[in-house]
Amino acid sequence: MTTWLPLFVILPLAAGFLTPLAGRRPGESGGAARGLALLVGAVLLAGSIALLGSEPAVYWIGGWPGADRPSVGLSLVCDGLTQMLLVTVNAIAFCALLYSWSYIQRYTGRALYYCLFLLMLAGMNAVVLAGDLFNVFVFMEVAVICSYALVAFGVERAELEAAFKYVVLGSVSSLFVLLGIALIYNLTGQLNMALVAERLGALGTERGPAVWLAAGCFIMGFGLKAAMVPFHAWLPDAHPSAPAPISAMLSGVVIKAVGVYVVCRILFNVFGLNTPAGALYANVLIVLGTLSMVIGVFLAIGQWDFKRLLAYHSISQMGYVFLAVGVGAAVLATDGPRPIAALAIFGGLFHLVNHATFKSLLFLCSGSAEYAAGTRDLHELGGLKYTMPTTAGCCRVAALSIAGVPPFNGFWSKLIIVVATAMAGYWILAALAAFVSFMTLLSFLKVQRYALEGPPPERIRAIHETPVPMRLAMIGLATACVLLGVLVPLHRARLIDPATRTLTEPRLYVERFRPPDQPHMGTTWAAAVKELQP
Amino acid sequence: MTLTALPYLLALALMIIGLYVVVAKKNIIKIILGVAILDYAVNLFLLLLGYRDGGTAPIASPQQAASSDTLATFAAGSVDPVPQALVLTSIVIGLGCLALMVSLAIRLHEKFGTFDMTRIRELKG
Repeated sequence: MTTWLPLFVILPLAAGFLTPLAGRRPGESGGAARGLALLVGAVLLAGSIALLGSEPAVYWIGGWPGADRPSVGLSLVCDGLTQMLLVTVNAIAFCALLYSWSYIQRYTGRALYYCLFLLMLAGMNAVVLAGDLFNVFVFMEVAVICSYALVAFGVERAELEAAFKYVVLGSVSSLFVLLGIALIYNLTGQLNMALVAERLGALGTERGPAVWLAAGCFIMGFGLKAAMVPFHAWLPDAHPSAPAPISAMLSGVVIKAVGVYVVCRILFNVFGLNTPAGALYANVLIVLGTLSMVIGVFLAIGQWDFKRLLAYHSISQMGYVFLAVGVGAAVLATDGPRPIAALAIFGGLFHLVNHATFKSLLFLCSGSAEYAAGTRDLHELGGLKYTMPTTAGCCRVAALSIAGVPPFNGFWSKLIIVVATAMAGYWILAALAAFVSFMTLLSFLKVQRYALEGPPPERIRAIHETPVPMRLAMIGLATACVLLGVLVPLHRARLIDPATRTLTEPRLYVERFRPPDQPHMGTTWAAAVKELQP
Repeated sequence: MTLTALPYLLALALMIIGLYVVVAKKNIIKIILGVAILDYAVNLFLLLLGYRDGGTAPIASPQQAASSDTLATFAAGSVDPVPQALVLTSIVIGLGCLALMVSLAIRLHEKFGTFDMTRIRELKG
């Protein structure tokens, strides 16, 4: 199984560069490009599902850390958290590609669209697989540079303005990440995350203030990518401006793969929580998560642009994930009862998967409404349940999921988050989480009232349901919303429990993925130098 | 305070200038320049981490690589090659970002007829 890991990066990367060639023939409608892209999406989805539940594995690129070589190699690591993210990313990508089959036919430059899409997918897959800090940075940049270009894909006034804000803020945050990596390298002489974690553990209290600065850089850099309040300003502009399948990818998986995942991986597995700083990191996550959760939902209430409303809800729902993970970290850092920490982290990760399904579905539904009716202003929509029954039905499922109505998936993850937060002693935050859930319900009642119900306005009375591939993609995600909620006992053992375990037992990461000891020089240049110098 | 701290202060100064330009300036081209300056500042910092006073190029001869002792002696007298490799990658990424930003700026100027961020206000809320 291990030898297949690089294919998650190689396949979309190779296909991404092949699609522009497929689109060069005169009179080409993008058929070859979209066929290739969909095929790659299907293969990756099948591969990631096959990987679920397998043993943690590490792949050394080029076989470098062989028996008698210094460990200068780069690794791809695959544990429970990575497997969960891979399935989420590739499932949403497959649905978005299926949806693009028809949706993107209205745009020009289709082959380039698929090129950027596949490169973005390659970047995200590589970020969740990467075993060293610098590769996380490089592939994060691959993914986000493609997303900058995709936000501007429509090249109209609003798209360009949103893309410019996004690219400036994104570049600044990436540079903070790079600064953090530089500080960590100087401190430990390592880039491999398992070795960095080991070195930081060995340094103990002698780490000095550099670690704090690095942690601040990481939280700011990746927090901006994950659109945590107060770093959220770009998201409500950027996500709605992209074509609908890209909005679904950005809100569904990009902010998670290059934001939430990396924050969790670095704080839990690399910096570790059993240090004086552990409680502080946890509290920062809790504060930022609560702020995002509350402020995001209040900004969403007043929106009348369908996609902009969804984008603000993304900020709010990511707040839930950070709150839950932060509560889990706080309990772990203070040596609290581990089952409560595990429950909180379970809730956070479950909500992450759920949010990917229902928010992508909502963006696809808004895209369908825009495709058929030509507008996404809730004032001008209406009566979609008569004119577009499939879209309306899927939209209803997703709205009930995000609002936390049983038996859909959003209900269970929010329930677990509220219960775990209360059990950990954060009563006020638990009440706030329940209150925000109520506000979300109100906001989506508004969506249903204005977009789905009522008589269709004169202008859009004659619209039809969208083409079959778009409907199939929406039905697939709606099914996932229901099944993830109803079948929790069946899928948790394979999908979410292994991911929870990688965060609740952070030391396992070092034991599993540490490269073998080297008989030659020290582990790296800097280590060799440090041994010689007084 | 010794002279060795000076390059680090330069990196810090560049970083502050870059951040100031990104935050305070309204002209799109100036904002792009600010991002570029910030990029250079971080690259310079990364490069300084690997610098060693009087160090040699980090290319070991076959004799030096023969045993772990000679290799370690060599490593102690040469600059650290890892940050240099990182900086090369980072420069390429920065170039990609810069090209994208400039092309967006050209398109924005076509649509709005201005580089002034305060007059480019299609989006609100």
